[in-house]
Amino acid sequence: MQPQEREVDQPSSLVALFGTDQPLRLDCGVDLAPFQIAYQTYGTLNAERTNAILVCHALTGDQHVANVHPVTGKQGWWKTLVGPGLALDTERYFIICSNVIGGCMGSTGPASTNPATGKPWGLDFPVVTIPDMVRAQAMLIDRLGIDMLFAVVGGSMGGMQVLQWSVAYPQRVFSALPIACSTRHSAQNIAFHELGRQAVMADPDWQQGRYFERGTHPHRGLGVARMAAHITYLSDAALHRKFGRRMQDRDLPTFSFDADFQVESYLRHQGSSFVERFDANSYLYLTRAMDYFDIAADHDGVLASAFRGTGTRFCVVSFTSDWLFPTSESRAIVHALNAGGARVSFAEIETDRGHDAFLLDVPEFIEIANGFLQSAAAARGLTSSGN
Amino acid sequence: MTLQQPTLPLNGAAPFNPADHRGDHLLVSEMVVPGSRVLDVGCGDGDLLQLLERRGVDGRGIELSREGVNKCVAKGLAVVQGDADTDLDAYPDDAFDYVILSQTLQATRQPKVVLENLLRIGHRAIVSFPNFGFWKMRLQLLIGGHMPRTDNLPATWYDTPNIHFCTIKDFVQLCDEINVKMERAVALDLYGRPLRLNAPWWFWNLFGEQGVFLLSRRGKER
Repeated sequence: MQPQEREVDQPSSLVALFGTDQPLRLDCGVDLAPFQIAYQTYGTLNAERTNAILVCHALTGDQHVANVHPVTGKQGWWKTLVGPGLALDTERYFIICSNVIGGCMGSTGPASTNPATGKPWGLDFPVVTIPDMVRAQAMLIDRLGIDMLFAVVGGSMGGMQVLQWSVAYPQRVFSALPIACSTRHSAQNIAFHELGRQAVMADPDWQQGRYFERGTHPHRGLGVARMAAHITYLSDAALHRKFGRRMQDRDLPTFSFDADFQVESYLRHQGSSFVERFDANSYLYLTRAMDYFDIAADHDGVLASAFRGTGTRFCVVSFTSDWLFPTSESRAIVHALNAGGARVSFAEIETDRGHDAFLLDVPEFIEIANGFLQSAAAARGLTSSGN
Repeated sequence: MTLQQPTLPLNGAAPFNPADHRGDHLLVSEMVVPGSRVLDVGCGDGDLLQLLERRGVDGRGIELSREGVNKCVAKGLAVVQGDADTDLDAYPDDAFDYVILSQTLQATRQPKVVLENLLRIGHRAIVSFPNFGFWKMRLQLLIGGHMPRTDNLPATWYDTPNIHFCTIKDFVQLCDEINVKMERAVALDLYGRPLRLNAPWWFWNLFGEQGVFLLSRRGKER
């Protein structure tokens, strides 16, 4: 069994089990039960239970936000923001990060064992949505005895969850930091996701989603999906700066289809390392969840209605070179929040590093996240010691 | 209107010292009733907003420059990037008690539309602007024969963001034209000190370096 496959049912994380008496009511009409949520926590919950921050991960992220990853051995995916003395200070706040429903790092998803058959769910797993993920997280937060989160923070698909939290549970979210995201997935983004899914499903080893039982792995399809997606996370300028037209370990073209260019080699590496830590079916489900996301559609098409009267403090952040979730998407969120009377800050960060900038060491972004959380903490009455 | 209100204790905030703040900012902040909701349009680095928050005001800001916005947000202020000419339309009626336009009116493309928007969004508006009728301005044009430049307005005519200068007299006429009531008007001298209150308009128009106006809608109709 691969290391990633071990994590599916028995993750190297805390696990909250929900029995048949506590089903997760999904948007598709199915009650999922039993199910489990794998999560990590950092820091200490204070006596008043007011210092909890929920970090929501992006499409291919997981709960290992600030610790060494059990499969890859790499540092946490948000090491620039979460840790002692950082903006999300683990000495001050109680930080929770859970694997989303539909994921493959320990929360119930298509790779998990279906209790009815004893085999992996595969495509029998019900289609989940962003609201479903948030509903599951709310059950976890209930289990942890927390009424109101001090902050909900996330980028990309994580940002969608932040927005969904603030709409579905406004009274449980003191402050919200949605980064590089949107209230609805654009046609272009759905198109890219469809490309990725088709790549997975075109791989004969995908076996209609039954690859575990057949002993195959749709590595090629999932790798191609990741390569295509990875381009959308960067920018023309960033790719040019990083690679230009430089050759990989050679001076002359080989007149073949080898990875002559460094950028090709880089992409192939991105694809092949991704398949070692991610489940192909999970990729199908999570991209689908993002495609379906549309907050306004759930509020008669009026986005402002979703946020009307909210008491949550918002800080919306976008990046100039992000063409996956461009600034115009964030501006639409801000307009809706203003129309709803919310307390909102909005910063656009100048960088050429594309959508991925939220995961990188971009000092201006980190300073803004820190300033926003500091002022929210003062308003929440949190002292700097966290007690 | 009471001007002396206890300041709220803020964590880590430096003790209040009026000398740290611009005269027009102090004057504007005194016009705002503590505890009210305020939108500062063109809030720059957020100095006025910080001064207002110190007075227990629920403050929001709009700023055109990305640098200004990001500085404000890093200070923990609720500021968004936006343009007074285009983004005020997105705000609902009566969303704020006061909408402030501090030293920004002259940089808008449509000052009249902006002013109308201020009083649609807010119950009151506070507008401050450099007075182009100030004697030093007049003198530079009359004697020097060139577009005026001052310490507060150092930009040359070809790279200034200020495209709609007006005098205090012009502004008063605009307020009359769009049926706006002037609740309070103050002219500040070159050093940010208020000119004497009982002076006639022509005196303010000549010796006021800037004007600060507290405005409200006249009657029920708009």
